Amino acid sequence: MSEITNTHTGALPSSLMKRFGPWIFLAIGLIILPFIFSSNISVYTMNLMGIFIIFALSYNMLLGQGGMLSFGHAVYFGLGGFMSVHFMNYVEAEIVTLPVFVLPIFGGVIGLVFALIIGSFSTRRSGTVFAMISLGIGELIASCSLIFVAFFGGEEGVTGDRTMGPVVMGVDFAQDIEVYYLIAVWAFITIALMYLFSRTPMGRMANAVRDNDERSEFIGYSQRHVRLISFCASGFFAGIAGGLFAINFEIVTEENLNALTSGVVLLMAYIGGVGFFIGPIVGAVVFTLLQTLLSNYTEIWQLYVGVLFVLTVMYVPQGLTGILAMHGPAFKMRRLSGLFVPYLRMGIPTFAMLAGISGFLEIIHHVRSAAVGETSMSLLGIEFNSHDVMPWVIVLTLAAIGGLISRTQLPQMREAWEIANAPLDSNEGASS
Amino acid sequence: MFELIFFSLLNGIVTGLLLFMLASGLTLIFSMMGVLNFAHASFYMLGAYLAYTISTYVGFWPGLILAPVIVGLLGALVERYGLRHVHRWGHVAELIFTFGLAFLIEEVVQFIWGKETKAYHEPEILQFPLFTFFGQDFPAYKAFMIFISLAIFIALLLILTRTRIGLIIQAAISHPNMTAKLGHNVPLVFMGVFGVGCALAGLAGVIAGPALGTFPGMAVVLGSIVFVIVVVGGLGSLGGAFIASLIIGLMQTFAISLDYSVTDLLSLFNVTTDAESALRDLWTLSLPQVAPILPYLLLVLILIFRPTGLFGKRES
Repeated sequence: MSEITNTHTGALPSSLMKRFGPWIFLAIGLIILPFIFSSNISVYTMNLMGIFIIFALSYNMLLGQGGMLSFGHAVYFGLGGFMSVHFMNYVEAEIVTLPVFVLPIFGGVIGLVFALIIGSFSTRRSGTVFAMISLGIGELIASCSLIFVAFFGGEEGVTGDRTMGPVVMGVDFAQDIEVYYLIAVWAFITIALMYLFSRTPMGRMANAVRDNDERSEFIGYSQRHVRLISFCASGFFAGIAGGLFAINFEIVTEENLNALTSGVVLLMAYIGGVGFFIGPIVGAVVFTLLQTLLSNYTEIWQLYVGVLFVLTVMYVPQGLTGILAMHGPAFKMRRLSGLFVPYLRMGIPTFAMLAGISGFLEIIHHVRSAAVGETSMSLLGIEFNSHDVMPWVIVLTLAAIGGLISRTQLPQMREAWEIANAPLDSNEGASS
Repeated sequence: MFELIFFSLLNGIVTGLLLFMLASGLTLIFSMMGVLNFAHASFYMLGAYLAYTISTYVGFWPGLILAPVIVGLLGALVERYGLRHVHRWGHVAELIFTFGLAFLIEEVVQFIWGKETKAYHEPEILQFPLFTFFGQDFPAYKAFMIFISLAIFIALLLILTRTRIGLIIQAAISHPNMTAKLGHNVPLVFMGVFGVGCALAGLAGVIAGPALGTFPGMAVVLGSIVFVIVVVGGLGSLGGAFIASLIIGLMQTFAISLDYSVTDLLSLFNVTTDAESALRDLWTLSLPQVAPILPYLLLVLILIFRPTGLFGKRES
């Protein structure tokens, strides 16, 4: 707020740039991305990314900003998807006349309604009780979805056709790229809205209730109401993400609201970093990349994701964004270049170790699961016989040597880190 | 009708006691650390798979002893090197850690044993009908399951209330700092209880594997039900967990065996329904259909109206 009051005419452009720069950058990025990555698979990946970004950000309104750990957030995502796909079918049957691009709003509304109903009793407490209620509700709705076939379509789910709506400005969404721009616009709007929400007094109170619910009651706010409002907003945005999912894939099934999807969104938000607004965005991008790219190369990618998740929880609870943010002070002091060589010295052997370990796992997996008699496998385009001794020796030595060397590099990296982050003393401050 | 009730009762008790073996460990761990261990059912799955592998080499009986011991050791390692490390980041991080662990264990199990159901069977010595009642057999293996579960329950109760170790555990649960000042190694007690809890889950897996099937989804199937039990019974209450296990076990078996639907209920009041209406699924809803959602309904109702659970003393 002080930024606005203190700006004089001369400082206006730079302050405007500071406030709107990231948004302009985001908008331009969203527009030109499909020109850089224009293949079908990358458009598919970016569509999924956009949907997951909205979904993960809505989840972080609960976990990161409101301190509510939910194990059933996919409920609002899935319900939003089902509602949108039903409306898509109404449009096709000409019961209602609506352009396809407004359908996600119905997903948002049903997410909001259900969040209001469920939140009215689940937000009384945070912590374990909230987590348990969210888990129970999640299982309840997921089981219900197999019973109430009229709305949820049973195990096959509900399908629709997004191209049957009225054509607006020559766009009928037959191409994936058209859906990409639809998702991009929705993503831009919802990201901006969610960011603005976090800056409102309401968003600040959500942080206060997360940090100390008793004190926020003392200054006159009902912790329950604050949580409920966050919860409803979160359900609304999750529903929008679900609606976009319905438009993109034209099918919504029970899988979209069960515990697995709830787990995936927790995973994305946490790997990205729940303490930062952009954390879930980073998490969603990384997770989607892992999901689409890694699954092309290996069948056991979920094992790697699981390991990554557990390691993140154990060693970097701030998430990937937290690691980046740790470099902020060094960046401001212009010492980042001093870290480059130490990182390289640490990174190369560590990479060798990881390559060795994953090669080892891949060979085991191949030996165990390939058809009987099939012994040749390929890793990174190299063909070899998985029943020979040589590949085992190579990957194991790679892992062992990489591990040993990276251990020896640890002290020098720590030293470089401390030098880079040492507080500026007066001499150095004057010279720089 | 009597025959139906009789067998449902027996099957309900078998399921309930099996659930209690999981719930007892979970509730002990919760009352100690304040953490609901999401990976608890994963240890149950590990128990079944390890016992299967052991049974292919040396038979069922060594597996009954060995598999729970291995699972218990694994659990202790997880507590020592995982949970204790994460503890510094707070409660939410601990919950998320156990959640991630559950995910990871499922992937590891699929990596090692593959995705298909394993042919893990009860030992031949127990493959006979114990008694026949109204022309229906009651398998001896189910009686064996009841026997093992009851034996574990009584042993647990005696250890916790009658022995010195039990006293120290109780003291460490209610007043950890005071117990530490009296010279007991409280972290070691925590690690031990976590390990024993996991071993119990593993044992449940060993005896449930042949009856319910040994497949990668077995942890998910039972996992959330066990949470329901622990919360419904009252977090941290062993007695509550016992009652809740039996309630859920009986509720599920009776719901499956009694085939009544909403239409039957409505026809009692002479109300007929339209078979084509949008709410048709609601009218044809039958008890076996809703059986899987009953535990969660119970959980939500309990959490709304009695957040402490049936026998619990504290809320979270």
